[in-house]
Amino acid sequence: MTQSMPLWEVFIRPRNGLAHKHAGSLHAADEVMALQAARDVYTRRGEGNSVWVVPSAAITASDPDQAGENFEPTGDKIYRHPTFYEIPEEVGNM
Amino acid sequence: MYSQGLIGADGQTNETPEFLETFQKRIDAEEKVEPTDAMPEGYRRTLVRQIGQHAHSEIVGMLPEGNWITRAPSLRRKAALLAKVQDEGGHGLYLYSAAETLGVSREEMTEELHSGKAKYSSIFNYPTLSWADIGTIGWLVDGAAIMNQIPLCRCSFGPYARAMIRVCKEESFHQRQGYEIIMTLAQGTPEQKEMAQDSLNRWWWPSLMMFGPHDADSEHSDQSMTWKIKRFTNDQLRQKFIDATVPQAEYLGLKVPDPDLKWNEEKGGYDHGEIDWDEFWRVVKGHGRMNRDRIKDRRAAWERGAWVREAALAHAEKRRARKIAAE
Ligand SMILES: [Fe+2]
Ligand SMILES: [Fe+2]
Repeated sequence: MTQSMPLWEVFIRPRNGLAHKHAGSLHAADEVMALQAARDVYTRRGEGNSVWVVPSAAITASDPDQAGENFEPTGDKIYRHPTFYEIPEEVGNM
Repeated sequence: MYSQGLIGADGQTNETPEFLETFQKRIDAEEKVEPTDAMPEGYRRTLVRQIGQHAHSEIVGMLPEGNWITRAPSLRRKAALLAKVQDEGGHGLYLYSAAETLGVSREEMTEELHSGKAKYSSIFNYPTLSWADIGTIGWLVDGAAIMNQIPLCRCSFGPYARAMIRVCKEESFHQRQGYEIIMTLAQGTPEQKEMAQDSLNRWWWPSLMMFGPHDADSEHSDQSMTWKIKRFTNDQLRQKFIDATVPQAEYLGLKVPDPDLKWNEEKGGYDHGEIDWDEFWRVVKGHGRMNRDRIKDRRAAWERGAWVREAALAHAEKRRARKIAAE
């Protein structure tokens, strides 16, 4: 085989009302076969009622080397959380 | 397994002590390692080898059971066996995907299996001579696989741990359907019971070998434990397996073929007889009864499927071109 099979990422919606969630990946020639394979590989026991397949090459990911820069700054911003603010008990739930 | 008895992984690594120490701190803090994280080369290599062996074992493991699908004694048994074998194919695919996140390609792994460079669990180089063997495989071989795979759900490498969680959810049906087959035979006619006993006699020792060499002879075990790829040693898991399985055999009125098997009150487990490690290494090195057939069958499947893969790619290309022309 000269050409290798493209890689696809598989997302499954467990049931209505929930978001599609990444389930894994697989190789397939095209989107039709990728969907079929995803059904066989990832939903043999009622794991979902809807499948998405996305070419892995179409996904843009954040740079792992910049994870600190990207995600650490939120760590010390505790004022973004409700527990940062003190409300007297008499006021009740807020 | 099918990877507890990891064969010949080389955890050697030559990063700076500081790098290794930082990495070890993450491992000790039970942080998961993801594919894009920095990791020692030895860690990566060990995982590629182990996950690859594990994946190959799932795929090759379909062959001995596939041998009985058309001869299953009832529709119920046939449907269950088909579903089990299909699951094993799925397990192979989850595992190949996990290995691919480490930068090895599916083609390379397939090539290594076919050339004999990559190993798979020695258990699948034994023949399935009777229907009882299908029961014994589910009971003992999948039973041993479960023993091994449950701790792998906590493996430090994220994609491997996640694949194992899926696999473990599916395995328990495998073991139960196997035990049910053996139970039916053991409670059947004297001939059927004899068939079950004969099968246990042939599979008991090879099942114990699935856990790999004794700890004292298992070269790379320590490093894998430190990196939390493995959580238990080969002997620890083997002991757990024996302790869990012997009462199950007793319930069936079958005799475990080990005259030295004895309950040891003090250690709270069974003592067992000597394992024939010469046989183990003979099979690992390619001289088991079925080694050649297994690889021949895998190669044939790959080669005979080549035209399908080529046609599918050509068809995909044609559709793509048509779509572009229509735009
Ligand atoms: Fe499996
Ligand atoms: Fe299984």
